[in-house]
Amino acid sequence: MFIGHFTERPYQDPKSGYFGATGKSIKDLTVSNDIYDPMLGSDLYNRYLDEKIYAEEMGFDGLMLNEHHSSPFCMGSTVNVEASILARITNKAKIVLLGNVLPIWDDPLWLVEQLATIDMISKGRLVSGWVRGTARESVSHNSPPAYNWERFQEAHEFIVKAWTEPGPFRWEGKHYQYRYVNPWVKPYQKPHPPIMLPGVVSRDSVMWAARQRIPYIMLATQLEPTRQSFEVYKETAREEGYEAGPQNFGYLWKVHVDETEELAEEVARKFVQGPSNPFNAGNEGTANPALNKLPGMTSRRRTLPTAQVATANRGGQLSRSFEDQVSDHTIISGTPKTVIPKIRHVLEYLRPGSVFFWDGDGAMTHDDQMRSLRLMGEEVLPAVREIADELGLDSPFEVDPKTGKKFEELQPETSDEIAAAPGD
Amino acid sequence: MSGDSSAYTEEEIAIPEGKLTMRTSGSGDPVLILHGELGFPGWRKYHQKLSEQYKVMAPSHPGYDESDRLEWAMKVSDLAAVYLQVIDDLNISNIKLIGFSMGGWLAAEMAVMDPGKFSELILVGPMGVKPEEGEIYDIFLNLAPDFLEESFLNPKSVEEYSLIRPEEPSPEQEELWEVGREQSARLAWKPYMYNQTLPYLLRRLKGLRTLIIAGKQDSIVPVDAFRIYNESIPGSSLNLIDQSGHRPEIEKVDDFLKAITKFLS
Repeated sequence: MFIGHFTERPYQDPKSGYFGATGKSIKDLTVSNDIYDPMLGSDLYNRYLDEKIYAEEMGFDGLMLNEHHSSPFCMGSTVNVEASILARITNKAKIVLLGNVLPIWDDPLWLVEQLATIDMISKGRLVSGWVRGTARESVSHNSPPAYNWERFQEAHEFIVKAWTEPGPFRWEGKHYQYRYVNPWVKPYQKPHPPIMLPGVVSRDSVMWAARQRIPYIMLATQLEPTRQSFEVYKETAREEGYEAGPQNFGYLWKVHVDETEELAEEVARKFVQGPSNPFNAGNEGTANPALNKLPGMTSRRRTLPTAQVATANRGGQLSRSFEDQVSDHTIISGTPKTVIPKIRHVLEYLRPGSVFFWDGDGAMTHDDQMRSLRLMGEEVLPAVREIADELGLDSPFEVDPKTGKKFEELQPETSDEIAAAPGD
Repeated sequence: MSGDSSAYTEEEIAIPEGKLTMRTSGSGDPVLILHGELGFPGWRKYHQKLSEQYKVMAPSHPGYDESDRLEWAMKVSDLAAVYLQVIDDLNISNIKLIGFSMGGWLAAEMAVMDPGKFSELILVGPMGVKPEEGEIYDIFLNLAPDFLEESFLNPKSVEEYSLIRPEEPSPEQEELWEVGREQSARLAWKPYMYNQTLPYLLRRLKGLRTLIIAGKQDSIVPVDAFRIYNESIPGSSLNLIDQSGHRPEIEKVDDFLKAITKFLS
């Protein structure tokens, strides 16, 4: 079992008015950065980095970061900068980027170099996820949505080649062309940093991940549609001639632990407060319908079972209350004693090899997050590891998703298929 | 939306990687009508009136409506070359070429590539050049019904408005709009709706009779873009129709027909 920590790093500014249960609802891409307070922003960036350091100290295996653009709900607009800092100020945990928005890069050689540098400085702790990005990413960086999927695939192929094959070489693709590819930095991990693919919406993406044997991480979706979407991966895997296992699946959801049941509930309710977040059920804000219909962004007929729920959520049409989310385990909160059996339920239902606890978000304070991280480290993580062992939920760092074999059974020096050394 | 479909015949024309839909009506000199960014707007009054005098040909461009998408086509000039090939295959000449909005841009690209094919060129509220003042309305960050509403100065007083922009669009109509928006995004996402070199290429049209016609109160394409077309095409005329937005062929159809009939005769 691989356990990661995640927060969107919301821009929490009570005086902006876009904050708290009674705050103004945010409509996507309609809030001017004129209200941005740099002093506050500076404090928040440092707070979120401090929390990652403490998460590592408390025993999390992975420090997960994501990226969004031009949106108050996520301050991570340059995920590689945050990852670079973590590479130096942490020591053990993997730095999990879920992920870089491949299609918005006009020059993916920058990604080849930046990510390899992070892998160098962290001594091989980078997990390099890719995403296609949402409409706001394409709009913010003026990247053509109709070629989003083509650019994603081509950038992936280019980056993996630049990481693994000796240069110099030429790349004459449809969307990217280079006449001299020979970066003077190479990944620490051989053959390259492990790749993961997070998502909720695209059937193409899940099938692509299954064909590449890349672990797929479902982001804060409801349990049954998540299970069904994993089935799409499994079916594709069977067509490819292999059985997908827990190492191929990950799940991110909201988990908060606190000292008493009362305090836990009070703080967990802050998940659905703070600046509106289209991905945070219960506080999605107001949809910008033009973003949902950005032309060519997603093939209109090729969506996953989770997509119907996910896209309806974005915009609050299906805004699920805190209570609803608690009742179906998409928010888990409580003391360690009450939280652990609920996490067991999720693990039994989905059988993921990787989980990411989404915490410290919404309107939660630094203190709220630190209490939760401490209790997770002291009681929850050890219990979750025991449950995972009992259920046979191996992570992609225990069982190689490329081969389905345990890393310890493989001879690293004879296999170039190994994405990461086990138990770094 | 499709208007009176008994007024024209519809057929499929083969192109190298697929087929496109062509609608034809009337006889006489050919008038080739190129639709805008959302696809064929239906058989409207201006189609009907022109078909009483000319052979009107109104295709759906590759990737719009039911016409096949060409995966390789990434620029408006790519579609222009495809249409020139269609014209060659149909063996027609002396063509009066009329393009609306993004279709005006397409018409200008075709004319630049092969001016001798055409006897007259009419650009109606054309996109395709970068205005020095103002910006072209963003059809990708606005929904089709909002864009259509913005295309008229006084939508409520326009006879054919409810055909162009129904109060309750059918799912089929909404799908066609999205198909059109997607294809337009494939061709003109960046730079948005213009070709930076087009004003320089347009100089080649000095021997082609050209009319630029647009609504004086166009809030989709700034009138400065029409000035640039007018100044770039030697000998061209510019006719701004008062009390009209971006769709003078719908909003001021009588004034529009009068102006182009005069120009064509």
